[in-house]
Amino acid sequence: MAKGTVSIVVERCKACGFCVEFCPTKVLALSSAFNSKGYHPPILVTPEKCSGCDLCGMYCPDFAIHGYKNEAKEAAPDAR
Amino acid sequence: MSATTVPEPKAPINPVEPFLRMDRMPHIWCPGCGIGTTVNCFTRALIDSKIDLKNLALVSGIGCTGRVAGYVKLDSFHTTHGRAIPFATGLKLANPKLNVVVYAGDGDLFAIGGNHLIHAARRNVDIKVICVNNLIYAMTGGQTAPTTPGNVITATAPYGSFDPAFNLPALVEAAGAVYVARWTTFHVRQIAKSMQEMFAKKGFGFIEILSPCPTLYQRRNKLGDGLDTMKYYKEKSKIRHGAPTGECAISKQGELIVGKFVDKEKPDYLELMRQHLAQACPQYIDWYAVEEQRAEEAQDGGCSEQ
Amino acid sequence: MHADPKGVLTGVHFLDGDHACCEGALAAGARFAAGYPITPSTEVVERFAMRVPTVGGVFIQMEDELAASIAIQGAVWGGAKAFTVTSGPGFSLMMEHIGYAAMTETPVVFVDVQRGGPSTGLPTLPAQADMMQCRWGSHGDYEIIAVCPNSPQEAFDLTIQAFNFAEQYRVPVMVMLDECVGHMTEKVVIPEADKISVYPRRRTAAKNGDYLPYKTNGDGVPDMAHAGEGHKFHMTGLTHDERGYPAMTVKAQDKLVRRLQTKITNAIDKITLFEAADLDGAEAVVVSYGITSRVAQRAIELAHAKGLKVGKFRLITAWPFPDSKIAQIAKTAKAIIVPELNLGQMSREVERAAHGACKVVHVPHAGGGVHDPEDILKVIEEAIR
Repeated sequence: MAKGTVSIVVERCKACGFCVEFCPTKVLALSSAFNSKGYHPPILVTPEKCSGCDLCGMYCPDFAIHGYKNEAKEAAPDAR
Repeated sequence: MSATTVPEPKAPINPVEPFLRMDRMPHIWCPGCGIGTTVNCFTRALIDSKIDLKNLALVSGIGCTGRVAGYVKLDSFHTTHGRAIPFATGLKLANPKLNVVVYAGDGDLFAIGGNHLIHAARRNVDIKVICVNNLIYAMTGGQTAPTTPGNVITATAPYGSFDPAFNLPALVEAAGAVYVARWTTFHVRQIAKSMQEMFAKKGFGFIEILSPCPTLYQRRNKLGDGLDTMKYYKEKSKIRHGAPTGECAISKQGELIVGKFVDKEKPDYLELMRQHLAQACPQYIDWYAVEEQRAEEAQDGGCSEQ
Repeated sequence: MHADPKGVLTGVHFLDGDHACCEGALAAGARFAAGYPITPSTEVVERFAMRVPTVGGVFIQMEDELAASIAIQGAVWGGAKAFTVTSGPGFSLMMEHIGYAAMTETPVVFVDVQRGGPSTGLPTLPAQADMMQCRWGSHGDYEIIAVCPNSPQEAFDLTIQAFNFAEQYRVPVMVMLDECVGHMTEKVVIPEADKISVYPRRRTAAKNGDYLPYKTNGDGVPDMAHAGEGHKFHMTGLTHDERGYPAMTVKAQDKLVRRLQTKITNAIDKITLFEAADLDGAEAVVVSYGITSRVAQRAIELAHAKGLKVGKFRLITAWPFPDSKIAQIAKTAKAIIVPELNLGQMSREVERAAHGACKVVHVPHAGGGVHDPEDILKVIEEAIR
């Protein structure tokens, strides 16, 4: 199971690309989907490499993404 | 795939959200603008400092950065252009229990507000100034600021700027600040750490944070977007803690010296005032000591006055 | 409630207007002043700088009037009663922040000890030429209250009144002195603290989370909170709604700006202070304020000695202008005479309020000294011929 994951508020994203660029494990990419403003929000492309460091959350100027460690999910079933 | 019997727990909320007036989202800042990034750093610093948020007051000026006051869920004051610092001075002197943070832009603090900045630094008033420096007057459409480097096209310098620009850390150090640091919006962890350090100190603290203004500064000068600027910051920044601030001038797309330049101890303005009057004024009544006592006596606390 | 005895210098004193004004501020509960030196006002804060450390409070000399005029507002939101003091050139610099105080409904007092203008003008000599400026000097539609002391005793009394108006109506209040009253030394009686009525800060009783900074009840004036009480409120000079949030729409603008106006205009009867005498059957009524009212008094006495029926109406509250009182006078008098140390400022208001019902004759003076009572008498005689 990945050490962490991200939570994305798709409608807030303005596709600045900061999270994608500065993720230390390069787990994000801008998706081909659009939000209602026409921006491509990011998605987790290699979720297994996400450490939950929340650097994406610190960079995001639109408060549209944040990362967290999976210990935060106390009773998460181990589906992987 | 079998259905889980334990319900999926909710993801923890974004740490910034408890600090935001969510009923005012989304904010007005442009795609790729770094102001929102600085707000993330600010909230992390507040969390890590364990500052009592009830006693945190934020004072902002006018401009894009000035809008921070309206978005944070704190006692916040959106004042007039250039005058956040004197407002903050009055606020702090009337209620020293408050941690007073000034959040403003380069034009607001150093052009129209320049006089107030140097005097508050001179006095070492116990306020913490966060200056988002996008090298331009953004809100009004991208005019030249006192920080705009040479040869930059702006709305009021259509042939390129030729004014010499301020070196903010040098200016603020010379004026008397006890804490001076500079970072860029690329340096998110360092910004949060600097802010935390600054909040723990008494006296006039100043952090300059270079930020993209993709819509105006970068676009007019064909310097790409916010991400291109962040890559420039990453590539061209050199961390030199303790560097002489006189060597930290900024040029167009040039090297950026970042780091903590000044961190010293000096009595803050209130200390100076109270100590001096206590020994120089024969019938001195230390209002602050009285107010502290009154607050302890009163059930509801806070600053009561007649 | 009553004044805090610590700030009340009870007794019979011989003080000039500036000094008396300072004592008025202290008696009213002012514990924060920010100022910048400017003749002929500086003594007000010089005295405050000397007195306040023995009463308990802060004086800070700021780097300019722009800083002083907003530092006092920061202090108000931090919990103190605060004021600043200036004269013409400094008053001009403070205009933006007078507007800010009006827009944010910050209770604060500005004292203008008027001197000859425009520009640097006559720093040490009197005038009354900032009267329109104190009403209209900042941009936009807003109301202020202005009071005009005509003696050091009134400089004391009306400064207390100014603070009381400021707190009650959450509005910036101007104390319009002039160099003459400011530098004139007379007897000033300061009563016991329990004889001085002081309007306390209108503080909200709302709980954290329920407080709406600009929600009003009844009198159109919202209750205040201070920073540090847990309300986490926002205050801005942008047009705003009840939450204090920017609301830049036609509807919000109309609602807010009209309320800023009506909270004052609806209370005009309570705010209008004046002194009137011999209005019944008067053929001429002299309307004056500040130092000129002292000179006008002499002119009126000379007129009475000549058997002329002359009444007196002294503006103590200059703004909001007492339209209805002037309109009433204009109905029965033949002429209203308005001497003032300017080339026609409050006389325009008198003319406007008179609605053509009688002649309005102004007696201008470019400033630097006071009128000769004989000159005012001449105008009175000419007007009722």
